[in-house]
Amino acid sequence: MHIAEGYLPPVHAAAWAAASAPFVIHGVRALTREVRANPESTLLLGAAGAFTFVLSALKIPSVTGSCSHPTGTGLGAILFRPPIMAVLGTITLLFQALLLAHGGLTTLGANVFSLAVVGPWAGFGVYVLLRRSGAPLMVAVFSGAFTADLSTYCVTSVQLALAFPDPGSGVVGALAKFGGIFAVTQVPLAVSEGLLTVLVMRLLVRSSKGELTRLGVLLQGGAEKEAAVR
Amino acid sequence: MSRNAKINTLLLAIVAALAVLPLALGLGDHKEEPFAGADGEAEAAITEIAPDYEPWFAPLYEPPSGEVESALFALQAALGAGVLAYYFGLRRGRRQGGARVAAARDARTPAAGAADSAGAGA
Repeated sequence: MHIAEGYLPPVHAAAWAAASAPFVIHGVRALTREVRANPESTLLLGAAGAFTFVLSALKIPSVTGSCSHPTGTGLGAILFRPPIMAVLGTITLLFQALLLAHGGLTTLGANVFSLAVVGPWAGFGVYVLLRRSGAPLMVAVFSGAFTADLSTYCVTSVQLALAFPDPGSGVVGALAKFGGIFAVTQVPLAVSEGLLTVLVMRLLVRSSKGELTRLGVLLQGGAEKEAAVR
Repeated sequence: MSRNAKINTLLLAIVAALAVLPLALGLGDHKEEPFAGADGEAEAAITEIAPDYEPWFAPLYEPPSGEVESALFALQAALGAGVLAYYFGLRRGRRQGGARVAAARDARTPAAGAADSAGAGA
C-alpha cells in the first residue's frame, strides 16, 4: 500500500502529512504515558511492533496475480488502542522509506494516514463493536485485524484516486482502477492477516493472561471462560 | 498433539494455502510479469492516467540491487520475528519457572506441617 516516493503532488503530500501529524503526536504521548505507568508493558509493546514489522515485510501472492503485504496493525490496536499503533506503524513505515526505498518521505504522511491511523481505528472499531455485542474474543480479533488490513488499502486507493483522477471518468474511474490494484488484491491477504492475528492472540491468551486482563482484552474473572471459548 | 496445537497448526496451514493457491492455480499467467508488487502496478497506473507526471522527489537511499533489497526485507522480517520469539520464549520460561517454584513449595509444605504437628504432640 506504500505510495512511492514523489508519487503524490506536493499539495497532497503536505495535506496528508498535516492530517497524520496530530495522530502521531497524540500517539507518542499515549505511548510515553503507557510506558511510564506500566513499565512491564514495554515488552508486549515491542512484540506488537514486531508483529507489524514481520507482516509488512512479507510480500504474498494474491488472486489478482500480483503480490502485496499485510499490515499487522490490528493486533497492536486491539491490545494498546489505536493511538499507540499510530507510532508503531510510523516507525515501520520510516524504516521502509529510509532503508528500502519502499514508500517515501514525501508520501510518509499519506502512508501513515492509511496504515497507522485509519487501519488501526477501523480495526479497533469493529473489534469493540463485536465485543460489545457479545461476539467471542477470537471472532472479534479476526474481524478487527481483517478490517484494519483491508481499510488501509482502500484508503490508499482513495488517496491515489484523489491525486490522479482519470481524465475520462474522474475520481470514481481512478478509484475503480486503484481499488482493483490494491483493495481486491488485499482481500485474501486480509484473511491471512486475520488468521495470523488470531494465532498470536491465542498464544498471548496462554502466555500473558495477566497482561491481557490489565489491558482489558480479557475480562476480569471471566478470563478462564474466555480462554475456553476460543 | 494437543487440541490447542492442532488449531494453531491449522491456522498456519490455511495462511500458507492462501499464499500458495494463487501460484498453483496460475492466477498470474495473464500478466506480462506475474506476481509483481501491487505498489509497482500502482506506479504504472499513475503513469497511464497522468503520462506527464514526474515524481518530484527521489528516495534518499535506494538499495543498489534487487538482492540487497531482498536482504533488507529479510532483515526486517527477522528483526520482527526475533522480538516476537524473544517475547514468547521469555513468557514461557517465566511461567515454567513459576510453576516449578510453586511445585517445590507445595512439596515442602505438607512435610513441614507434619513435622510441626509431631512437635506439638511431643
